[in-house]
Amino acid sequence: MAQTRPSQPIRQTIPAPHKIPLSLTVNGVERKLELAPWTTLLDALRDHLDLTGTKKGCDHGQCGACTVLVDDRRINSCLTLAVMKDGAKITTIEGLAKDGALHPLQQAFIDHDAFQCGYCTSGQICSAAGLIAEGKAKTPEEIRELMSGNICRCGAYPNIVAAILEAMERS
Amino acid sequence: MINFQYSRANNVADAVRQIAADPKARLIAGGTNLIDLMKEEVERPSRLIDITHLPLKAVEETADGGLRIGALVPNSDLAYHPLVAQRYPMLASAILAGASAQLRNMASTGGNLLQRTRCYYFYDTATPCNKRTPGSGCSALNGINRMHAILGASDACIATHPSDMCVALAALAATVHVTGPKGECTIAFGDFHRLPADTPERDTNLGADEIITGIELPGKGFAKNYTYLKIRDRLSYAFALVSVAAALELDGDTIKEARLALGGVAHKPWRDLGVEASLRGQRAKRESFIRAADALLRDAKGHAHNAFKIDLARRAIVRALTQAARGTPQSQSSKKVR
Repeated sequence: MAQTRPSQPIRQTIPAPHKIPLSLTVNGVERKLELAPWTTLLDALRDHLDLTGTKKGCDHGQCGACTVLVDDRRINSCLTLAVMKDGAKITTIEGLAKDGALHPLQQAFIDHDAFQCGYCTSGQICSAAGLIAEGKAKTPEEIRELMSGNICRCGAYPNIVAAILEAMERS
Repeated sequence: MINFQYSRANNVADAVRQIAADPKARLIAGGTNLIDLMKEEVERPSRLIDITHLPLKAVEETADGGLRIGALVPNSDLAYHPLVAQRYPMLASAILAGASAQLRNMASTGGNLLQRTRCYYFYDTATPCNKRTPGSGCSALNGINRMHAILGASDACIATHPSDMCVALAALAATVHVTGPKGECTIAFGDFHRLPADTPERDTNLGADEIITGIELPGKGFAKNYTYLKIRDRLSYAFALVSVAAALELDGDTIKEARLALGGVAHKPWRDLGVEASLRGQRAKRESFIRAADALLRDAKGHAHNAFKIDLARRAIVRALTQAARGTPQSQSSKKVR
């Protein structure tokens, strides 16, 4: 026989916040957004700005697939709240090519066959762009160390290092 | 992630007022650990108070020849700051041994102190954990405990503090500057983090209504004889199994002063003042270093999977003190341990 159970109290939740207006300059274009505060920069780029070149890998800052440049510094967009970057300049993989010509890193990755499945490549290239701008890596050993935040499950590392080294020498 | 409110702090006083008004709120700066924990619902703050606009981003020389580092200085900026690289290379080396270039660009100086353990059970809300849910039990004690503590642990918690930077800050005897509702105060680095005892839910002695505003380094940087040696399961971008910050002040081959702090072995950076004192006046040679290592590890206790850390720590201490004495610090890009 069915028993009548007292209705469960609804778990007390924090009221949904208002969406927060913010502005990002993404690849040179000012974009205005209204986002819930928990929206990561990664989700803002992919789901709200349709810039799906930036990839979601682990979503926990462990793989580097989501690497983009914020105010010219490489960061993990999955661990960044978009609302905290109001007014920032964002560069994604879509913003690296100029006037129809590939970025030297993009060309070098093709020339050196520096990927297989390609899922990590956007993050690798954005991270390498940040690495070159930082100017701290000179040798293959230093490149490997300072690119360790970008995992490649296909194991294209030797060719990735070669591609970065060539792009670095050209820049 | 569960719902939360978001607000910005306009100045330090405003941040203190906001955090004091809501015990379930959290301050956010780099967010590299907090956002991750929120995705796992280990942290469930009602509000995030964004402190990234506060004026705590300077590295300044102090009157007594030390450095005052603003709490919001990113880890990478600190590691590559000319004054840090030149006068406190052990700190620079420790920072560069941790995390990845991206995370170091994001993570703040103050936040590094407040990052939480990477114990897998702390992250897994399906398992008991006294740190996450006080009184629920410690899953690591009889579980997988390869990463866990060998010093200063308790039956309630065998988690380790994950920071590399903090190990160097402990060895350098830094001071933490804090502001709360009652005003400003300082906490000696050794008193900042806590041992778990029966309250593992508390990582530090920072009040829930207080904010770290900066770190102060004393003038002595041990720039000549130092090392940061980190042993881990892969060569880069992994937490320490054991790490050692070692610094010596030498008069010929006699030790005038020694500093020694360990990471990856306890709930806080492990520094033993008695062992440091016992090295004073000793010859800077292997026999002295072995005695120091044995003394430091006298109460070390292993568990099912981490007992190897005791011998690893002993050897790492001897190697690190040898590197420091020789003036050949561990390179963080070449991983060859010499």
